[in-house]
Amino acid sequence: MSNKTFQFELVSPAEKLISEPARYVSVPGSEGEFGVLPGHSSLMSSLKPGVVTFKNADNGHEDIFVAGGFADVTADNVTILAEEAISVAALDKADLEKELSQLQSDLKLAEGTADKKRFDLKIEVVKAKLHAAA
Amino acid sequence: MPSLRDYRDRISSVKSTRKITSAMKMVAAAKLKKAQDAAERAQPYSNSMAEMMARVAGGVTLTPSSPKLLIGSGNDQNHLLIVMTSDRGLCGGFNGNLIRFAKIKTKQLLKEGKNVQLITIGRKARDILKRDHADLIIKSFTGIGGKDKINFNDVNEISGYMLGLFEEGQFDVCHLVYNEFKSVLSQPPQIQQLIPFSLPTVNNEIKSEDGLKSPYTFEPEEEALLAELLPKNISMQIFRALLDSAAGEQAARMTAMDNATRNAGEMIDDLSLQYNRARQAYITKELIEIISGAEAV
Repeated sequence: MSNKTFQFELVSPAEKLISEPARYVSVPGSEGEFGVLPGHSSLMSSLKPGVVTFKNADNGHEDIFVAGGFADVTADNVTILAEEAISVAALDKADLEKELSQLQSDLKLAEGTADKKRFDLKIEVVKAKLHAAA
Repeated sequence: MPSLRDYRDRISSVKSTRKITSAMKMVAAAKLKKAQDAAERAQPYSNSMAEMMARVAGGVTLTPSSPKLLIGSGNDQNHLLIVMTSDRGLCGGFNGNLIRFAKIKTKQLLKEGKNVQLITIGRKARDILKRDHADLIIKSFTGIGGKDKINFNDVNEISGYMLGLFEEGQFDVCHLVYNEFKSVLSQPPQIQQLIPFSLPTVNNEIKSEDGLKSPYTFEPEEEALLAELLPKNISMQIFRALLDSAAGEQAARMTAMDNATRNAGEMIDDLSLQYNRARQAYITKELIEIISGAEAV
């Protein structure tokens, strides 16, 4: 495997979470998951809730859950904009299950399509989190 | 003439006021540092967002079917102003100036025969604008960032509400009125158009900087991606304004409290002088009485 790396950045509105050289990043694109190696062709994609995996220069890897966002890929740069990002290791399955059942009961009480849509979105995110934690 | 006791009471009351204002100044200074840090940390996201917007927009040709957030609803009759102030007072002219600015803008729009609606963020904007324009306020948000930290979820609530109204066709043009944090001494009111969104024109600059030859692939295609980016961008703009406004508030409070502390110091000096004079006069008077009493014997 070559020693080439590219700059990987994970940015949330509140702060820059990760900024370091990486060998490989896997991104949950809205039209399918894709992997990025150095020299990838320029690509911009929106993300669906899922796990971003990146391998840093020492081959250590980290899984980060993102609740949607955008990815900007160039030959030597990958920038991911995520509104919510949390390390997969920090996800707690029991808490998430509690949250999910809470949301599902809230959904039944929700009135109006806008409200329902909002809960649906939240549920989708929590489900994706659960899936990531499993 | 006030008695010596009155002077003493006033001096001690001004002294305790000074203690409070100087404590508030120090608290504001600490909070300002935090708020500035938060604003700085949000910078990368907002920069990347702007960059992406420019890139995507560069590939889109505007047609009547383009996202309405970009091209507008083809009308400019109904205006929405989002007025952003702090929740708390005691920060000099920070809120007053902004609200005056917003009122002028409102009056101007009304004069032109437009319909104006107001959304207020922050308790001060709500309380003061309610006096003149209670009928125009459609929603008030308060307590955002009250606990030192501005939460992006709160911002999504605001922008979600606003975008909902836009989709229903309640307004055509939206402006955000907020205090921009220029420096500790200056936070001028600022007005920014959110809808329709005017795209930044840095497009070509960015492309040449990267020296990119390969054209971008967009997933999903440009238009759909843009439709997703635009609402996020509005949230981001509001978020940035909130951070700016929060830093500005603390800076304004710091300056105001610094002035108040200094004024209290001057007042104490004046009062002490008067007190000493009065005390001297009292002693002299007593002496004269004693001496003239002794002479009479």
